[in-house]
Amino acid sequence: MQIVMLIYEPAEDFRSRARERPDLIAAWRAYYKALVDAGVYVGGAPLEAPHTGATVRVHGGQRRVQDGPYADTKEQLGGQLILEVPSLDVALDWAARCPTAASGAVEVRPLSPLIRELVERPDGG
Amino acid sequence: MADDPRGVVDIVARESYGRLIAYLAARTGDVAAAEDALAEAFVAALRTWPRDGVPVKPEAWLLTAARRRLIDRARFERMRAEAEPSIRQLVREAEAMSEREFPDERLKLLFVCAHPAIDRGMHTPLMLQVVLGLDAATIASAFLTSPAAMGQRLSRAKARIREARIAFEVPDRHQLPPRLDAVLDAIYAAYGSGWDDIAGSDPRRHGLAHEAVWLARTVLQLMPDEPEARGLLALMLYCEARRPARRTATGDYVPMSEQNTDLWEGPLIDEAERELSAAAALHRVGRFQLEAALQSAHIDGARRGDIDWRGIALLYEGLVGTSPTAGALVGRAAARGEAEGAAHGLAALDAIDPQIARTYQPYWAVRAHLLQRAGHIRPALDAYDRAIGLTEDASTRHFLLRRRAELPKNVKWGRA
Repeated sequence: MQIVMLIYEPAEDFRSRARERPDLIAAWRAYYKALVDAGVYVGGAPLEAPHTGATVRVHGGQRRVQDGPYADTKEQLGGQLILEVPSLDVALDWAARCPTAASGAVEVRPLSPLIRELVERPDGG
Repeated sequence: MADDPRGVVDIVARESYGRLIAYLAARTGDVAAAEDALAEAFVAALRTWPRDGVPVKPEAWLLTAARRRLIDRARFERMRAEAEPSIRQLVREAEAMSEREFPDERLKLLFVCAHPAIDRGMHTPLMLQVVLGLDAATIASAFLTSPAAMGQRLSRAKARIREARIAFEVPDRHQLPPRLDAVLDAIYAAYGSGWDDIAGSDPRRHGLAHEAVWLARTVLQLMPDEPEARGLLALMLYCEARRPARRTATGDYVPMSEQNTDLWEGPLIDEAERELSAAAALHRVGRFQLEAALQSAHIDGARRGDIDWRGIALLYEGLVGTSPTAGALVGRAAARGEAEGAAHGLAALDAIDPQIARTYQPYWAVRAHLLQRAGHIRPALDAYDRAIGLTEDASTRHFLLRRRAELPKNVKWGRA
């Protein structure tokens, strides 16, 4: 099964993560290598800090654009990983090893092959 | 204690939960029904004891209330014909029993939880819930599983006990050794990894250490002549004794070789020594006695400032002979690395199945350490990365990152 790991980081991690925290980058590099060597890594996408983006809604024909993230919470989405694993339990093992699990939170969610097939089906039927 | 009904309920729940479940389930063969009935009895106690006062014999009161609930349920569901006689018998016995002590059937219950007909991975969770009354969410966190999935697996395991009509009995002599091993394994799994002298402590299970020690004491109380039960208790007591020294004040991981031995709890070590000697006197050596002896050798060596690595390597040899787990194989390699030199340790690591090694953090931590000692810097960097990437505990990760940073920097990156 494929799962996505949604990685939530506290604000101070976003501020310091690249320049002032070489240990965090070293931990992440080691984690990435372990994922690849174990043959579970499918893909990943680290994100810039939430204030660098914006959120769009079109409700009743009205556009609404707000600066920053969808919801203003203490921890914000900092990136995601897609893994190929035999079970959700194995996915949770990998989530626990994620360096950001110690300071933030890691949500594990199965991808939905059904919705994907419906959306990508060429005849729309 | 007697003045506070809620306090009494808490104490009875903690001390007697397993005994009450064991007694009810041993007579009906249905663990889930016993749990439901006892839960309702506790609810009734919280409602009526503050009003009417705490009964003279709280356990007997709970037993009677749970029994009534089981009878109601039997009537309501028109329970299967074959279950009725056992319910009737329960009623008769419980009536006779409420005036005196009821028998302790927990040993039978432990053997049911670790029965070969039940999925091995569920032995420990089942024991924790049925004997100690822990909730599914707590157990799920300890085993890093989703609480919903753990709840379902526990329900399935209990249904299996009922459907397979697993007998509530202590196995006879020739069946006993493997069945007792399963019970002790399940208790040790609750305790967590015993390999905390390698940089691979397993913090996810620390919360259950006291529960595991309590279970081991229970087994020993009911089977005092089983050397492996005593060995298991000794092993866990040694580990508990060193707990205060395993972290600094700020929570950083401290390897065994750098632990302040003054922080070790002497009385626990003394108790462990006594248990281990008593086990050895029975002349039936086994896995848990060997693991306890390893702890004893490490503690003795650290106190004297001179660790007998050859002796430790020999103990690991015995352990690999009786129970060749990944932990035993890696421990033997580490001991050989110290006793005979890094090259021998690395050769022992190379002999381990790569499938086992792949995601086993202690393997990579020991490998990194031995490669560093042998002066193979680039492969050591690589092994440190693997160990760091597989580490769950933040302070262990921090420790390994520091060790890795101490390696010479002027080596171009490359693979082993």
